[in-house]
Amino acid sequence: MTDRLYEGADWDFATLQRIHDACEEIAEKELGLSVYPNQIEVITAEQMLDAYSSVGMPLYYKHWSFGKQFAHQEASYRKGLMGLAYEIVINSSPCISYLMEENTATMQTLVIAHAAFGHNHFFKNNYLFKQWTDADGILDYLDFAKGYVAQCEEKHGRAAVEQTLDAAHALMSHGVDRYPGKKSLDLRAEEKRAKERRNHEETSFNDLWRTVPTGRTKSASLLSAERRRALLGLPQENLLYFLEKAAPRLQTWQRELLRIVRHISQYFYPQGQTKVMNEGTATYVHYRIMTRLHQTGQISDGNFLEFLQSHTNVVFQPNYDDRRFSGFNPYALGFAMMQDIEKIVTDPTDEDRAWFPDIAGKGDAMAVLRDIWANYRDESFVSQFLSPRLMRHMRMFHLHDDPAVSEGIRVDAIHDERGYRRVRRVLARQYDVGLIDANVEVVDVDLAGDRRLMLKHSVLNGALLNEADAKRVLQHLADLWSYDVSLAEVDASGLVLKEHVAHPRVMAAAA
Amino acid sequence: MAMHIVDRRLNPSSKSLENRQRFLRRAKALVQGAVKKASQDRDIKDVLEGGEVSIPLDGMNEPRFYREGGIRDRVLPGNVKFVEGDYLQRPQSKSGRSNDAGEGDGEDAFRFVLSRDEFVDMFLDDLELPDLSKRKLAEVENEGLRRAGYTTSGSPANISVSRTVRLAMARRVALQRPRPEAIAQLETELEHCSDERRPELLAEIERLKSKMRRIPFIDPIDIRYRRFENVPKPVAQAVMFCLMDVSGSMSEHMKDLAKRFYMLLYVFLTRRYRKVEIVFIRHTDRAEEVDEQTFFHGPASGGTLVSSALQAMHEIVQSRYRPADWNIYAAQASDGDNSYADGDLSGRLLKDMILPVTQFFAYLEVGESGSHPFEMSESSLWTLYQRLRAEGAPLSMRKVNDRSEIFPVFHDLFQRRQAKERVAP
Repeated sequence: MTDRLYEGADWDFATLQRIHDACEEIAEKELGLSVYPNQIEVITAEQMLDAYSSVGMPLYYKHWSFGKQFAHQEASYRKGLMGLAYEIVINSSPCISYLMEENTATMQTLVIAHAAFGHNHFFKNNYLFKQWTDADGILDYLDFAKGYVAQCEEKHGRAAVEQTLDAAHALMSHGVDRYPGKKSLDLRAEEKRAKERRNHEETSFNDLWRTVPTGRTKSASLLSAERRRALLGLPQENLLYFLEKAAPRLQTWQRELLRIVRHISQYFYPQGQTKVMNEGTATYVHYRIMTRLHQTGQISDGNFLEFLQSHTNVVFQPNYDDRRFSGFNPYALGFAMMQDIEKIVTDPTDEDRAWFPDIAGKGDAMAVLRDIWANYRDESFVSQFLSPRLMRHMRMFHLHDDPAVSEGIRVDAIHDERGYRRVRRVLARQYDVGLIDANVEVVDVDLAGDRRLMLKHSVLNGALLNEADAKRVLQHLADLWSYDVSLAEVDASGLVLKEHVAHPRVMAAAA
Repeated sequence: MAMHIVDRRLNPSSKSLENRQRFLRRAKALVQGAVKKASQDRDIKDVLEGGEVSIPLDGMNEPRFYREGGIRDRVLPGNVKFVEGDYLQRPQSKSGRSNDAGEGDGEDAFRFVLSRDEFVDMFLDDLELPDLSKRKLAEVENEGLRRAGYTTSGSPANISVSRTVRLAMARRVALQRPRPEAIAQLETELEHCSDERRPELLAEIERLKSKMRRIPFIDPIDIRYRRFENVPKPVAQAVMFCLMDVSGSMSEHMKDLAKRFYMLLYVFLTRRYRKVEIVFIRHTDRAEEVDEQTFFHGPASGGTLVSSALQAMHEIVQSRYRPADWNIYAAQASDGDNSYADGDLSGRLLKDMILPVTQFFAYLEVGESGSHPFEMSESSLWTLYQRLRAEGAPLSMRKVNDRSEIFPVFHDLFQRRQAKERVAP
């Protein structure tokens, strides 16, 4: 029988330290987690609201869209439509978790177990995060970005900066590299490079060069289309990258802004692909830690009940016909899958053995889970580890909605012997990042003619882009490119379904 | 492993303020439109309250490439009745797009809350009012006391008996203090009981009595004191009299013009005085004090006697607003009709009773929109007031036919007022 970590609901910093140490003990010795050093920051509700509107990051450059989000969230918070999250955790090293001061001691324990150990372990070990994000450098980079944007506003005017950022934000979801490049991102070096680029410009600035007439370059028509595309690195699906490198009339600082938005977008890219796993991991970890703390008497029965109440709220999954339903709750699905895997590993049924011969009955649940947490993302995780038992338990079914079929929406598969594999495949595809975002890429530039930039949307299942928004995004794109831009929506057979064209407006920066 | 705890609570909050201001600046035209609309539906006093506004998202949206329509596949939880091959009706006739459309609608109008200051700024900004708040008079403020909840310490004079007793009772119930009745009942039982039961009863009575001693009826921890707080008490206070002719000749348009003028005056006064009261007096051939709703919307009919309203105002000032304590402002709105015989009386009342006690008296003659002020023949009231002015009465008067003239007229009036103030401090 160990001493209680705390009594009642009150806590102070010493309590937090005790809670952290107790959680760490279990996380390391029993669950074998490996985490970044933790930094726990206590904040007020108002500060939490602040953090919300800058996507949870502690510092960010200034932009009106964050203000808009803040205004909106504040309104719904004040009306009581929205509760605040108990925590925000940042994928950085040290890993920063925000704790709200209003939380009870039990809630703080839950949050520390969930964020400071669950998420933290996931951030540090999952391959996507390792590949795409630089936890050591992110905060410094954001600080640099904030300063750089402010500096640009001073030099070039707020309107020009805002216009560039608006355009960059519109393309943010198409500003990521989807396949790993030659080297991983090093944001600290990135910051240094930006500075060097600027210094180089300043020291090597020579007005002569600007006015020297450049000799006639090789006529573009001489270049074969193939070669031209190769030179421009086409086709290119990272639109921001392409503009940064190839847009003919952007100023250096504008390119740098695009680069900043692109890097930040890339930083968040893994989070979008691992919602179920990330929350599942964190929830599973907090559940294990809290249960152990209770078993060893470190938290009282009453506090454990308080925890269970929050926990069940978090993992609640409404059915499809429930008013509260808004898709799968990543906490619910993730946690259920982690528990299911634990059962498959430690106490398999015959069905489990047939479906999961590699892990069934292996005995060491944590080893298997740690391996999964490190090497999968939502799509591959669901497609490999969603078990028939869980599909039955959650009563999953697959709807196929083809507008051409007049009878209605077809139930294509349900949780039965015939349906398991199909349900699982379709659910996994719902998490496939390649299918979530529209596939838009730059395919060509008419260098010989009017420098029109040509883009292609590869239409999947007949789903076209929303026209109003596509027009607006295209407008932003044209502003950056500063010549006409066209976007063709093409289906798999090469048939053009729709075409959009945008002409550039005069950018405030041109002045 | 090392762990850091950082207390950020004392860090400056409202980091988002700057972003919020940028957002408001960007949406300025839209927000102003919304503020204008919101203030139309409001009562004069509420015009300053800030509050939720809703703006269309046009120009404020953040576009993205996203897809809609097409063939969709989804996995959902909670199947109870479907088997493979069943068909479900599509929600509405829209081919499976209801979801996207729904999200779109939610985005169309963007609702958020403006603070009081933001609201007033937008409101005044729209009217291009000069920054009136900076033109404050030096106000002397006294400290006053105000009740502010309860406290566990204080002077005995401030003990709150009811709160103390309530807490004591809660504590007694929680700790199960034996009730005197229970002991009395046991004692009566003791008198009549058999010998073998006696020691048992005695023990029980003794137990209850000692418990009763241990749990006092009122414990020091129950005691609560009333708490008082110092609050600045404004010395300068203002009352604003709204006088309006509501006889049949006043149209809705004219009343609306009057209301706008009152609103501006109210906004101006609240920026200058901490406390502003409004008195509404409407009149036909009789005057009465009414609430705002009745004032602007209540039906009334009859002739027109302006003196009745001035008399009513005079009486109210006498009974409730001593000129020594109150700054008195009055604004009268009328279409200018007045019974011919009433002219003298009105003039005398105004000159002898009203003007000496008011800081400011404005007469606003409202007309139908479209009619040009210079083409109108002089109304009887206008002629009367003009004569008074010629005699040196401190009286401001203007004609207004259209909403757009309200602010310039208001502004103009205050320019003059300022000049006068400087001459005679």
